Amino acid sequence: MFKGLLDWIEYRIPMMRVANMHAIQYPAPKNMNFWYIFGFLATIVLINQIVTGVWLTMNFVPSSEGAFASVEYIMRDVPYGDVLRYMHSTGASAFFIVVYLHMFRGMMYGSYQKPRELLWLFGMFIYLALMAEAFMGYVLPWGQMSYWGAQVIVSLFSAIPVIGPDLVEWIQGDYVISGATLNRFFALHVIALPLVIVILVFLHIVALHEVGSNNPDGVEVKRKKGSLTEDQKTKFEMHEYYTKKYDIIDDVVPFFPHIVLKDMVAFAAFLFIFCYIMFFAPGMGGYFLEHPNFEIANPLKTPEHIFPVWYFTPFYAILKAVPDKLLGVIAMFAAIVALFLLPWIDRGKVKSWRYRCGLHRWNLLVFAAVFIFLGYLGGTPQENWKIIASRIATIMYFGFFVLMFIYSRNENTKPVPERITK
Amino acid sequence: MSNVSVDTNDSSNNDNQPQDNPRRRFLTVATSVVGAAGVVGVAVPFIGSWSPSERAKAAGADVQIDIGKIQPGQMIRVIWRSKPVWVVRRTPELLASLAKHEDILKDPDSEQEQQPAFAKNRYRSLKEEYLILVGICTHLGCSPQHLTDGAFAEYVEGVDEGFFCPCHGSKFDMAGRVFDGVPAPLNLVVPPYQYVDDNTVIIGSEAEGAA
Repeated sequence: MFKGLLDWIEYRIPMMRVANMHAIQYPAPKNMNFWYIFGFLATIVLINQIVTGVWLTMNFVPSSEGAFASVEYIMRDVPYGDVLRYMHSTGASAFFIVVYLHMFRGMMYGSYQKPRELLWLFGMFIYLALMAEAFMGYVLPWGQMSYWGAQVIVSLFSAIPVIGPDLVEWIQGDYVISGATLNRFFALHVIALPLVIVILVFLHIVALHEVGSNNPDGVEVKRKKGSLTEDQKTKFEMHEYYTKKYDIIDDVVPFFPHIVLKDMVAFAAFLFIFCYIMFFAPGMGGYFLEHPNFEIANPLKTPEHIFPVWYFTPFYAILKAVPDKLLGVIAMFAAIVALFLLPWIDRGKVKSWRYRCGLHRWNLLVFAAVFIFLGYLGGTPQENWKIIASRIATIMYFGFFVLMFIYSRNENTKPVPERITK
Repeated sequence: MSNVSVDTNDSSNNDNQPQDNPRRRFLTVATSVVGAAGVVGVAVPFIGSWSPSERAKAAGADVQIDIGKIQPGQMIRVIWRSKPVWVVRRTPELLASLAKHEDILKDPDSEQEQQPAFAKNRYRSLKEEYLILVGICTHLGCSPQHLTDGAFAEYVEGVDEGFFCPCHGSKFDMAGRVFDGVPAPLNLVVPPYQYVDDNTVIIGSEAEGAA
């Protein structure tokens, strides 16, 4: 009976075939470690954002008169409104935490290198769309930081020569940030950008499954057809889409149940941390929800210190480090563009940092430290020593890419093993 | 029309598929061009819709203010186009002090187009006594604070009064001129304005023929 129904469906739409190909009999390297949980967690957080977002929309009023009051209404009067809102606001920060770790994983193991350039690019576009999504979402409660943060970010575009001021007016839909701006950000935040993000995530996964997952050794598990003996091939049954084109080495496991179960453990651990923050520290000491945002937007009164939310502060520090406005904006965008270009900046042939030169490992670790330090500088009040520090850190940020471009050409690498090591 | 078909005829001589290739290519090009024009056409309402609405434009109309009651040294704030506009009645001593720190200003002579032509002078105003500025920092749009009675000297030695932006530390003197070594690139904006009589100013437009 049940089998009959499945067959009836399968004849009309390839449900089981797609499930087998992408979620069950997908060959995953057996050495995927801790760092390989963040793609899965990002998907979970995305679903959380969409579902809680839909529920928040039911009570949110997108207007400059009603927005702030409707958020208070959600927090105080709507049944479970506070839980739903904190799930959404904590989810926003959690999204960036897992995405930053996901990106760092890709950098450690060279997951952006050939043939995964497009996979990396789709990922970077998701990151870009996510930043726009988060920025616009932060404007919606119409608190002081919503308003003044929007003011700072939108006026970045005024630095563009000739068309800048008109462009800003066009983005705002008014001569200043106003209700018109709030409404269009609402439309983009709840409809346009989520659609874009979901489509990009779909493309990211399709691209991943086409080239196959990388792993901590950076050893390709898909080999040329006919290059492996029966002994060397995997004993698991993988989907014929992969086995027809390649010989798959005996270092893989099927995605289900092996990887799925590992992800479930990570999911449980993640939920412990997520729920703790959501229930006991949703503001995270002013980092996830900034204190000035508990006051309604006032165009005539600038808060004493304006910071973006923590996930933007590294780029904000770069913006502030450059004394010239236009060059500052260019430097900030260049910091993101450089990440896009990583597959071409890194000219090395060895993927994983396990087998690359010591300089590369230090370079990457210093880069991560500099990124965190820039985040600190951009998220704390201006002081004289910080101007110098942020200038040095900005140079080091770009220095990472320059150094990598130089040493990766003729790098002194260790021999990469033929097979996955453990 | 006939010219186009002659061109495509020439370029597809080598094709010998059982189709009328020049005709097919002409149709492809023609539909693409018309389709592209259609895309441009349909984009107009979507892009145009983001411009300020009629209501926003009406709210951006001129504002009339009474400056008769401002005491010397006092500053009032009014709203024009939802932006803060400051009106300061400057004392003669303050006006005299403006010349003293011009060596540490980025643009002491107001070379950059941040003011109507009538305000391109040391005082950046129509009448020296009254300073009228848009109170938004030219760095990233925050509203600077008015620091008086020597409080400003903490930031710029020897200058007792000025505007200090708490966001990124930009500093301006009492003519809205920006100091060296701060992130703000330009002097504060002087809005267009005109005097109706000695006590009344209209912000938003200049007098006819004002120079």
